[in-house]
Amino acid sequence: MKRYIVQRLLAFVPVVAFVGIFTFSLIHLAPGDPAALLGGQTGTREEIQKIKERLGLDEPLIVQFWVWTKKTLRGDLGESVASRQEITKLIGQRLPPSLWVGTTSQLFAILLGVPLGVLAAWRANSVLDRASMVFAVLAFSIPSFYLAYNLIFLFAVHLQWFPAIGYQPMSDGIWGWAHRLVLPTVSVGLIIAGLLTRITRATMLEVLREDYVRTARAKGLAEGVVLFRHALRNAFAPVLTVIGLGVAALITGLVVTETVFAIPGIGRLVVDSIQRRDYPTIQGLMLMIALGYLTINLIIDLAYVYIDPRIRY
Amino acid sequence: MSSEGALAAPEAGATSYWGRTLGARRALRKNPTMAGGFVIVLLASLCAILSPIVTSHDPTDLNTLDRLQAPSGDHWFGTDHLGRDVYSRTIYGSRISLLVGALVSLISVAGGAIFGVITGYSRFLDKIIMRFADGLMSFPSLLLAIALVAILGTTVVNVTVAIAVVQIPSITRVVRASVLSLREREFVEAARAVGAHPLRIVFRHVLPNTIATLLVYGTLTFALAILSEAGLSFLGAGIPLETPSWGNGMGQGRFYARQAFWVIFFPGLFLSLTILGINLVGDGLRDALDPRISRRA
Repeated sequence: MKRYIVQRLLAFVPVVAFVGIFTFSLIHLAPGDPAALLGGQTGTREEIQKIKERLGLDEPLIVQFWVWTKKTLRGDLGESVASRQEITKLIGQRLPPSLWVGTTSQLFAILLGVPLGVLAAWRANSVLDRASMVFAVLAFSIPSFYLAYNLIFLFAVHLQWFPAIGYQPMSDGIWGWAHRLVLPTVSVGLIIAGLLTRITRATMLEVLREDYVRTARAKGLAEGVVLFRHALRNAFAPVLTVIGLGVAALITGLVVTETVFAIPGIGRLVVDSIQRRDYPTIQGLMLMIALGYLTINLIIDLAYVYIDPRIRY
Repeated sequence: MSSEGALAAPEAGATSYWGRTLGARRALRKNPTMAGGFVIVLLASLCAILSPIVTSHDPTDLNTLDRLQAPSGDHWFGTDHLGRDVYSRTIYGSRISLLVGALVSLISVAGGAIFGVITGYSRFLDKIIMRFADGLMSFPSLLLAIALVAILGTTVVNVTVAIAVVQIPSITRVVRASVLSLREREFVEAARAVGAHPLRIVFRHVLPNTIATLLVYGTLTFALAILSEAGLSFLGAGIPLETPSWGNGMGQGRFYARQAFWVIFFPGLFLSLTILGINLVGDGLRDALDPRISRRA
């Protein structure tokens, strides 16, 4: 097992290196002068010259990359062109709302998708099963931003149960925080819930045919115990994979739904930076998000070993 | 046909694609949900082809006196903030969505097949290409596409390229996996034994056996591409603003969402239905073409 963990950590290195090289080259992919791009629309000739000198854009590419890597490893992502703030600080400020919406969405998806998948497999081909499959295909056919608007029209504008838009930090009152989190959570989480319903059902269908499930039933265990303790536990590895893949859907969902709900998070920062052509910030965000995503999937990969003792590498 | 073909082809043919294509047609008759999906896709394609005939207004006609009008007899889906007819823009929007979707799935399937075969056959290139794929896949796909379009500029071509680049690695992975298992199969071994040229083996025996997989993934990529294009355009990093597209309509409509829900509701409805239709077709194809999964489901 130790060998597996070491191997997995070693495999992490080249991917991180690629992410670094890719994010660095992003600016050089663009047609035109990178310094002019980094200077933004408001950059004056002097400012652009300063950027050129600061980043050493007149140096050979390989030297530039070395300088950039050293700075990045020190945790210096540069300055935003739009707000003149340090990008690491900017990202830090925007992180909490996104983390909250992300966490509640993932929880919502797991609490809805996994039990629904278990029940669908338990009563395969029943009305419940069909209904859950209809739910699953609808859930990942409706774009999260469209779902968000329909939820706003129905629950905020028409029924007035929830505020339409906005975010409130938890420190300003837990009720206002939770109240504003409901619609974004459903918008982002539903698509992942659909994916989870499907994969849980598919793996449970296989597991339920196993001998140990028959044994568990034969010795008179309650059906709920058989389903959730014996079967689901053994079906959990693929489900975990989908939870990991769901993180990508989550980030995508955050980018668009934070725009819909005017939540001051990372996703909103991505969209704002693009509209302001704030390239250094886009670069920093890409790097941080990719690293976050990789780390989460690394943790999930390592978690397999603990969840399923049969996995030995 | 050479003797090697006579030896190896029957096996390849029996398990693969003629048999499966016939299977798909049978499945369509047996699978009403998939047939429903087909009907939706067909209707969307008709909208795209017949846009000028089935619309009542020019989708780019500005009429600021009639801005943000509710749906009526003249404007079935109402008008947007510039007084343009939302119905006509929605119908015309199907053109961009289907075009980008089709191009992206063609490019990604072709790219995925090429890279999948290369990585399945060359150990050296496998290491390089798969590391590259791992790297690309470590960015959430929409985010990567947004960044690419933001830097390359908002044109239809750039949007298509950005979305395709993001999809190629995942298809490559799938094709690579099936190439790796196919090259060990008896009929490939037989072809090799009788001295068939490696390229002939690839085109005659290996690739035809990946067609089912490619078809399924191509369909699902189609849906994903339409979704991505809409997302990009919604955020203003997609199709040029004046071109009617579902995502554009919703993106510009979001500033008027409270007064004029129709500006968002109708394009979004068409978008969701089209994606649903394609997903239903893709699911049906997967059930019909992949016996391993259909037994499961």
